[in-house]
Amino acid sequence: MRGFDPRNYTGFLTVTLVCLFILYAPLIVVAVYSFNDSVSITRFTGVSLRWYADVFTGLEAAKFRAAAANSFSIAIMAAMAATAIATAAAVGMVRGGNFRGKPASFALISMPIMVPEIVTAVATLIFFSTIGFALGYLSILVAHIVFCIPFAYLPIAARLQGIEASFEEAAQDLYANRWRAFRYVLAPIMAPGIFSGFLLAFIISLDDFIITNFVKGAGVETLPTAIFGAVKQGIKPNIMALSTLLLLFSILIVTLSYLIGRSGNEKYQN
Amino acid sequence: MVTETKPPAVGIRSACKDYGSFTALRSVSFDISDNEFFTLLGPSGCGKTTLLRMIAGFEGITDGAIFLYGEEIENLPPDRRPVNTVFQNYSLFPHMDVAENVGFGLRMLGWTKGDIAARVKQMIALVKLEDFAHRRPAQLSGGQQQRVALARAMAPRPKVLLLDEPLSALDLKLRQNMREELKALQQETGITFIFVTHDQEEALSMSDRIAVMSAGEVQQIGSPEEIYEFPVNRFVADFIGDTNMLEAEVQQVGEGFVTCQIGDAQLTAVASQAVTQGQKGWLSIRPERLTIASDGLPATVEQTIYLGTDTQILARIEGGLNLRVRAQNDGARLAQGDCIFLNVADGAARFLVE
Ligand SMILES: Nc1ncnc2c1ncn2[C@@H]1O[C@H](COP(=O)(O)OP(=O)(O)OP(=O)(O)O)[C@@H](O)[C@H]1O
Ligand SMILES: [Mg+2]
Repeated sequence: MRGFDPRNYTGFLTVTLVCLFILYAPLIVVAVYSFNDSVSITRFTGVSLRWYADVFTGLEAAKFRAAAANSFSIAIMAAMAATAIATAAAVGMVRGGNFRGKPASFALISMPIMVPEIVTAVATLIFFSTIGFALGYLSILVAHIVFCIPFAYLPIAARLQGIEASFEEAAQDLYANRWRAFRYVLAPIMAPGIFSGFLLAFIISLDDFIITNFVKGAGVETLPTAIFGAVKQGIKPNIMALSTLLLLFSILIVTLSYLIGRSGNEKYQN
Repeated sequence: MVTETKPPAVGIRSACKDYGSFTALRSVSFDISDNEFFTLLGPSGCGKTTLLRMIAGFEGITDGAIFLYGEEIENLPPDRRPVNTVFQNYSLFPHMDVAENVGFGLRMLGWTKGDIAARVKQMIALVKLEDFAHRRPAQLSGGQQQRVALARAMAPRPKVLLLDEPLSALDLKLRQNMREELKALQQETGITFIFVTHDQEEALSMSDRIAVMSAGEVQQIGSPEEIYEFPVNRFVADFIGDTNMLEAEVQQVGEGFVTCQIGDAQLTAVASQAVTQGQKGWLSIRPERLTIASDGLPATVEQTIYLGTDTQILARIEGGLNLRVRAQNDGARLAQGDCIFLNVADGAARFLVE
């Protein structure tokens, strides 16, 4: 018997290829031209790594380095804070029984994913200026922690849902208090979920542009805002090199997050 | 078994449990003696697990009290109760090897490394898993996991060990072996066991005493013999073993016995409680207590079922009632339509009020 299989439709392959092309062509162009030997961004004259060197040593290198330092330090701290909060939220939501307002809590936690980012950005900016919070490094960090929480929450809660409650009961039965049951039993079993939540939050923070651009204040840049700033003065090939580096790094992290989430699931199925 | 000086291992006093509007346990009270193999037996949903989880501390108590060697424990969290549980699905920690699993309780109790290692070694030897000490649970068979769960729960020397259908995940052969091993372990360690099962054979073969439960209530508590031979009501007689359950009415009340009319015959029975003439109830007669004899109740053979060592015979007595008879196979074969006589062994018929 043959089930429904879209692969049997005529033109399936063509449509797939067209879609993939539209999705990836711009990225491929950027990646290819980052290796271009000329200053032109439209004419390919030869392969070279000069624009990569330029990123690290050129005129704008100091600016990029500062932006990268901001981006990475913010992403790491925001991801850690968001992961900790998301883990606590997941344990409360998944293990807290059926408390009143549970659906509402879930909606509140995951809403930021659905809300258009520009709205969140404007709201965050208004919030900061209302309470008189100075815009700068710290305001970016706070904003990033907040919008990273739902992204960290989803893989962590999914993982926790697959873990039977009897593991914690067994731990408590064996004289572990609630904290130690979490620390020695639940957390290690949840670890793949927590780690994949952390990586997701990290990459979301690292790649964020809109919210960051609103709340960064003058003089503080992250990589995406620095790239945007540089592009406004005309696209130079060094931006393509920088973007390609950022792209590769993102792919690496997302792949890692996926692999960890998957391998963990196989190993701890009980 | 109960000594004067020692309070019962576990005392349950009017324990009630409601889940919202549903009552899972209604006022259960009994004592479990020190060093006893005590079984909670009953059909699915009767509240066995609920009661066990209340003793372990995973479920709160709606009303009543639970005592452990005289100390009231129903308000203590599970980690402060000196009882351990063997979970039905074992719940071995997947990220720890066998030795770490067995030592977990000791670690939480703050034992020193050396003491833990010695005790873990001893426990692993007790359940015969010496060669598997450094395997993860996922690398063990079901029977081996079961032993790890046992060793882990017994390592901290609990005052009472709680076992929730620990054998139900094993295949038949292994289950029978584990029955003997469990019983031996209990006698060796002297730990009080509270064992939950819905398998009556398991309960009869292992327990010192059995509490038969139904619909959130304890129906009868007694030794396997008492439960089987002297059921106090219709539910217990029906649930434990096979029986012929016949509607009956008391015709005469004698001293220690009653007479009832069954079909066209009069039968002498032992009543489970004081009864009066004319009272309605049931007569329970175990199939193996009916024998084919040269005289007695006249009957015709309706059907025979060959069961290896026994044959089950469905016999119709005068008055149209069918009785099941279990006869040992001794070569003689009966056929449908044969006329036989049934003899009811002394004390085999039991009159039950409800
Ligand atoms: N958390 C709960 N919420 C509501 N009802 C529950 C809950 N836990 C158990 N019950 C109900 O309480 C009754 C007793 O459940 P329990 O698990 O104690 O049965 P059991 O005797 O262990 O049965 P089994 O042999 O199937 O394991 C059942 O009718 C069950 O539906
Ligand atoms: Mg149960």
